[in-house]
Amino acid sequence: MIKIANAQLWVHDQDEALAFYTEKVGMEVRADVTVPEMGNFRWLTVGPVGQPDVSIVLMAIPGPPVFEPETQEQVRTLVAKGVAGTVFLTTDDCQASYDELKGRGVEFVDQPHEQPYGIDSSFRDPSGNHLRLIELRETATT
Amino acid sequence: MAFVPPARHLLRAKDLADARYFEPLDVDDMADAAGLSRAHFSREFKRAFGESPHGYLLTRRLERAAALLRSTDRSVVDICLSVGLQSVGSFTTSFKRTYGMSPTAYRTEFPPAAEQARVPACVVRVYGLPQRSTFREDSATARG
Repeated sequence: MIKIANAQLWVHDQDEALAFYTEKVGMEVRADVTVPEMGNFRWLTVGPVGQPDVSIVLMAIPGPPVFEPETQEQVRTLVAKGVAGTVFLTTDDCQASYDELKGRGVEFVDQPHEQPYGIDSSFRDPSGNHLRLIELRETATT
Repeated sequence: MAFVPPARHLLRAKDLADARYFEPLDVDDMADAAGLSRAHFSREFKRAFGESPHGYLLTRRLERAAALLRSTDRSVVDICLSVGLQSVGSFTTSFKRTYGMSPTAYRTEFPPAAEQARVPACVVRVYGLPQRSTFREDSATARG
């Protein structure tokens, strides 16, 4: 059986991303390991409390020797433009989650609004990654 | 301190257009969101996203109007006002130029997508955007 364990987001600054996902979104740290023999590569993952088997990897955008400077810059720019990917989150109560996150200063793009599949909203992380926050209707399938 | 690529500030302006298109928003508000002067902002926005901020805002409003035409039975005037446009004449002209038909003709042409599949809102917004065209004839529209 194949399951999803981690999915990765590029972030501009791991400390900033860590603070955002834990303090503002309310996730927990799953792993924060720095490996000196791999050029201080930092494996940093967070995940929703109560869903221990799925994590988001907050990956720094590497320079040489992993990415040459041009690629590094392109990835940085794509993340900043908000086109590097989307994470879809669900919640029991979209309005309550919106109020909570908004109160902590999260930048929302869409306020909670009715959709055929439920109540949908979306926000950005500091790097520009797009996250949707959806209260699915009972009957909806994803 | 966190490294912030310039495009991140421009994205804030784009997000503002997507989030608050229904308000009397204009390019100055978008420039403020990006923290840039008006002239510099318009140039940089176009470089990053391939379209002027005015064009993007109007396109977003037309896309939202098209979605409302497909999914509601609200009047054209009501829809025009509810996407942040004030002049129904300019709205109809821009809509025709973009979609190749009047708002009412468009409504009868397209059944709601929701009847066919459950499409996430973000997909509707992104893939529903009309092809870019020039809006120089109605520079007053987005401000109006």
